[in-house]
Amino acid sequence: MSNVAKPLLSVENLTVEYGPKNNGFKALDKVSVEIAEHECMGIVGESGSGKSTLGRAILGLAPIAEGKILFDGQDITNLKGKPRRDLAKSIQVVFQDPYGSLNPGMTIGDILAEPLTVAGETRQSARQQVADLIDKVHLPANSINRFPNEFSGGQRQRIAIARALVRKPRLIICDEPTSALDLRTQAAVIDLFIELQRETGVAYMFISHDLGVVRRICHNVGVMKRGQLVEHGDADKVTRTPDHPYSRKLLLASPIANPAEQKKRRADWLEMRGLDNAGAM
Amino acid sequence: MSIADKILDQKPNAPVRTSITQRFFQRKAGVTAFTIFILVVLMALLAPWISPHDPNFVQLANTKAPPSAEHWLGGDSAGRDILSRIIWGARTTLFGAAITIITALAVGVTTGVMAGFFGGLVDRVFSWLSDATQAIPGMIILLVVAAGTRSNFPILMATVGVFMAPGYFRITRSATLAIVNEPYIDAAKVAGLTAPRIIARHVLPGIYAPIIIQTALAAGISMGIQAGLQFLGVGSANTPSWGAMMNEGFRFMLTNPTLLLWPSAALGITIAALATIGSTLAEVVRVRTPVVSETEGEDDKDWDPAQGTGAFAHDKNEAIVRLKNLRVFYQNGDEQKTVVNGISFDVKPGEVLGIVGESGSGKSQTIFSLLNLLPKGGKYVADQIEIAGKNVNEMTGKDRAKILGSQLGYIPQEPMSNLDPTFTIGHQLTEPLRLVFGQSKAEATAKAKALLARVGINDVDRVMKSYPHQISGGMAQRVLIAGAIAGQPSVLLADEPTTALDVTVQAEVLELLRELQQEFGMALILVTHNFGVVADICDRVVVMREGAVVEMGEVEQIFAQPKAQYTQDLIDASLDGTLSRKDLDASETSNVHILKTAGGGQK
Amino acid sequence: MTKFIAKRLLAGLILLAAVCMGTFFLAHLAISDPTVALLGSSATPEQQAVLAKELGLDRPLLVQFQAWLSSAITGDLGTSWRNQQPVWDQIVLRVPVTLSVVSFAILISAFVGVVCGLIAGLNPGSTFDKGVKIATVLLFALPGFWISLMLVIWFAVRLRWFPSFGYVSPAVSFGGWIRSITLPAVALALGAIVMIAEQLRNQVIAVSQQDFVRTLRSRGLSNFRVNLHILRNASPAALTVIAVLFASLLSGAIVVEAIFSLPGLGQLTQSAAQIGDIPVLLGITMVSVVFVVIIYVVLDIALGWINPKVRLK
Repeated sequence: MSNVAKPLLSVENLTVEYGPKNNGFKALDKVSVEIAEHECMGIVGESGSGKSTLGRAILGLAPIAEGKILFDGQDITNLKGKPRRDLAKSIQVVFQDPYGSLNPGMTIGDILAEPLTVAGETRQSARQQVADLIDKVHLPANSINRFPNEFSGGQRQRIAIARALVRKPRLIICDEPTSALDLRTQAAVIDLFIELQRETGVAYMFISHDLGVVRRICHNVGVMKRGQLVEHGDADKVTRTPDHPYSRKLLLASPIANPAEQKKRRADWLEMRGLDNAGAM
Repeated sequence: MSIADKILDQKPNAPVRTSITQRFFQRKAGVTAFTIFILVVLMALLAPWISPHDPNFVQLANTKAPPSAEHWLGGDSAGRDILSRIIWGARTTLFGAAITIITALAVGVTTGVMAGFFGGLVDRVFSWLSDATQAIPGMIILLVVAAGTRSNFPILMATVGVFMAPGYFRITRSATLAIVNEPYIDAAKVAGLTAPRIIARHVLPGIYAPIIIQTALAAGISMGIQAGLQFLGVGSANTPSWGAMMNEGFRFMLTNPTLLLWPSAALGITIAALATIGSTLAEVVRVRTPVVSETEGEDDKDWDPAQGTGAFAHDKNEAIVRLKNLRVFYQNGDEQKTVVNGISFDVKPGEVLGIVGESGSGKSQTIFSLLNLLPKGGKYVADQIEIAGKNVNEMTGKDRAKILGSQLGYIPQEPMSNLDPTFTIGHQLTEPLRLVFGQSKAEATAKAKALLARVGINDVDRVMKSYPHQISGGMAQRVLIAGAIAGQPSVLLADEPTTALDVTVQAEVLELLRELQQEFGMALILVTHNFGVVADICDRVVVMREGAVVEMGEVEQIFAQPKAQYTQDLIDASLDGTLSRKDLDASETSNVHILKTAGGGQK
Repeated sequence: MTKFIAKRLLAGLILLAAVCMGTFFLAHLAISDPTVALLGSSATPEQQAVLAKELGLDRPLLVQFQAWLSSAITGDLGTSWRNQQPVWDQIVLRVPVTLSVVSFAILISAFVGVVCGLIAGLNPGSTFDKGVKIATVLLFALPGFWISLMLVIWFAVRLRWFPSFGYVSPAVSFGGWIRSITLPAVALALGAIVMIAEQLRNQVIAVSQQDFVRTLRSRGLSNFRVNLHILRNASPAALTVIAVLFASLLSGAIVVEAIFSLPGLGQLTQSAAQIGDIPVLLGITMVSVVFVVIIYVVLDIALGWINPKVRLK
């Protein structure tokens, strides 16, 4: 479905550099990626691979050295001020940390209504939409007047998802939204992501380090290593039989919750490591 | 009535966390100090009405007079009524302090918020100015200003405020920085909020507490400085002030000590009240709110928490660790919270036992109990803890500490925070070898190098000389493993040893742990939440949940036929062999849930 | 390391220049007409004009500052407007007094503060910890000059253990020197002790809760060794407080010198300020800031030694 649709977001040769110009640390090195409408595009990689930087660059939170970001045909690469703020209705975000991503001093109702009132909606209509959303993300009915510290990590992540959805965006950047959660909570939140995508048709860029999570939720996936995109393609295939040696290394290094299969995977990993070491000599 | 209407219909419920104000007034010290301060303020405000005499009215008969019915505190050296001067002096003191605080707030908080929020050049310039102000001995400038302005009181007090601004600047800046780095500020930017709005809505409400605390303290300090200036003779002779009264008292202290006593008491009590308000507030703010635990799938609890859980799997003389009926609890004031609820297990030499569970299951607490290194406030009781044939449960603290390093090796979760940042790796490895195992410096160094080489570090000499921040996380974890096996312990306790690592590093570390465990024939107790790690390295598994053992058994059995639905859920949630999204969309079944028990868990 | 120190020294010089400039303009702004203060209000405008010309006050401020700065760089701080004595000579005469008192105060407060802070921090909630806390509030509430007064009344006037005023040079009598600076130094130190103790206590508690402390214990190290690790990690905060206190102790010394009649910089400042003797005030400011800058550089070196992350960056 994603191959034929025109891209909602296209990132071309994006480079993000920290530190001195032309001599700094390249967090992103000429990365190109496309996300279609209604698609979930996964980005996998280890720490320092630049996967989060890619998300932050699209949101305007990272300094872009070169390259282009097009959203729905519009160039949003270096958007600043009001045009950037206006983009809030189209692109939203869910962060990793369920504890830091909600202002502890505001009620859930206020947190969710803020993006709407900023956009000029009346308090009345904002409250109505917030109530609808609280139901949609399966939060307890009495959530609206409560504060974040009364919620568990999983529930907070539901609140963060609701906040991302409140202006009915077309794309949500999900930056490791489930990796701070316990296994069963993560499962429930993944279910919610899929359910909401089917209901609203929003596209996701889903950043994760976990191949299992990406396999479950993403249509397509890109594998990143040291600021570069080393492989991208169908998620089913990349998470099972990747082509690039690095993707293969990632897959073989991830332990599988099955002793017999893990034994085989471990043997393959040892063999690959042996070859790597031999090659290095 | 729709669901949304029901949600809107909710009445604001009583907040779980009592507000800071409420908690402040629950404390005796807070109430007392606040009452005293309010009385002083009232005294200052009502001075024209409550003062029994004109503070400057000279009555020669009253010169240095003892307390009388007309003059409750007697008269001063010029025959003026002391009580009236104390009351009017409060007015001067508070007025001066108010000017100082307002100036310091205006300068310090504004620049602090800007420096913290915008960072970069703004931060550097303001920080430098703040440091520079602090480097100037302020009293010199104050005397200059006093001389130049002929002791213009408001200007002097405002100058004091400028010198107190750096205190506010530092506090405001660091509080702002802490908030600016929170993801909710990024979320607000993405939501389209302007910078002023973010500061007003998200930054200021988060930093007021430290500022109020600082204000209570700064007000006290400024009163001290003010009195000091008045003591030095700065200020108008006609305005009654505590500092000037103290100066007079000082001159006559040998003949009329009460002249010094009254103003000193007034100033001391007022500043003490402010200091107590400040420190009480600081304590009240520091109270942490408990973390709310997950409730999803709560209904399938199939064990009785009142009963102990778990069992022994080996004969008594076979096992190297035997733990029976361990309970761990935390005391917080009058509240006691049990985090491990009577669990038992054992492990034999050469065996790898996995303790697996979600957060709050008590798995790490179990490890800390074995080490007798529970965090502050934590206590445990057990019917039996046997390590290498010794009943360590009955040992005294000192003997108990002796088995650390030699019998028990500990590998922590977070590699970076578990190395002392101020010492080299070499020092941290050789220190226990020398002091615990009595090796010479040369022996210890040679042994440390051998250990580093064994855990797979190539440039041993460089790493020995390095500080923790100069090596990678994976390397730091190898260093910690080397430290754990340095005393050749019979049991290794590893608390989530790979959770903080990338998967490629995790695979290496697991391989290393397996090799070392086999080479030395150690028992390994490995705490993890990852069923992949369990499948990879463990012989037996204990599944824990909320302080109890849900089930235990051989690793093959646990994966093939888990007895508890909880275990099955955890394995399913590991998402290995899950349907891919493509298959999921193709199947178009209504059930997209990963867990069979999901759905019922939403309440 | 040399580069590190050189950088700190350069930053100190810039700070010194900025403070001198600030003080110069502030003093001229505050004391808009020094001739009135010098000649008294009965002087005629003509007399004032003559004096102004003599002192070079008729020139634009910027020119005056330039003149002051260029001679200050060569070590000439000018002459006092009151008695035409070289400023430098007056300061040199008084620096030993103030420096004796302040250094002694720093020594006392650092030693007592660190011991109290460490014990309290390692045993939070203990009787000792509570005692330190009460002492903190009390000493905080009582301004330094009040404490000085009490010390004079008790230890000098009543018990006669120490002289109640005056300064004895160590060249004259070492014992007399110690006796003459003890009370003023203690008066200054009391407030500093509690600030150092409180900082160190909080820091020790914070460090004790860090993961690496548990790991150190798990290696079998004794309490004593683990506490050394904790102290080293907690000490930057205490050192920073000590350095920052130095500048405020110089301020405090002005008041304390007045109470104990010590012929130090404080007295000089007070008398110079009363008549608007700007050259003297500038000289004192400059000397004080030089001391502060030296202390800051020493602090930076110490911090770099304790925490390699600062030094090696």
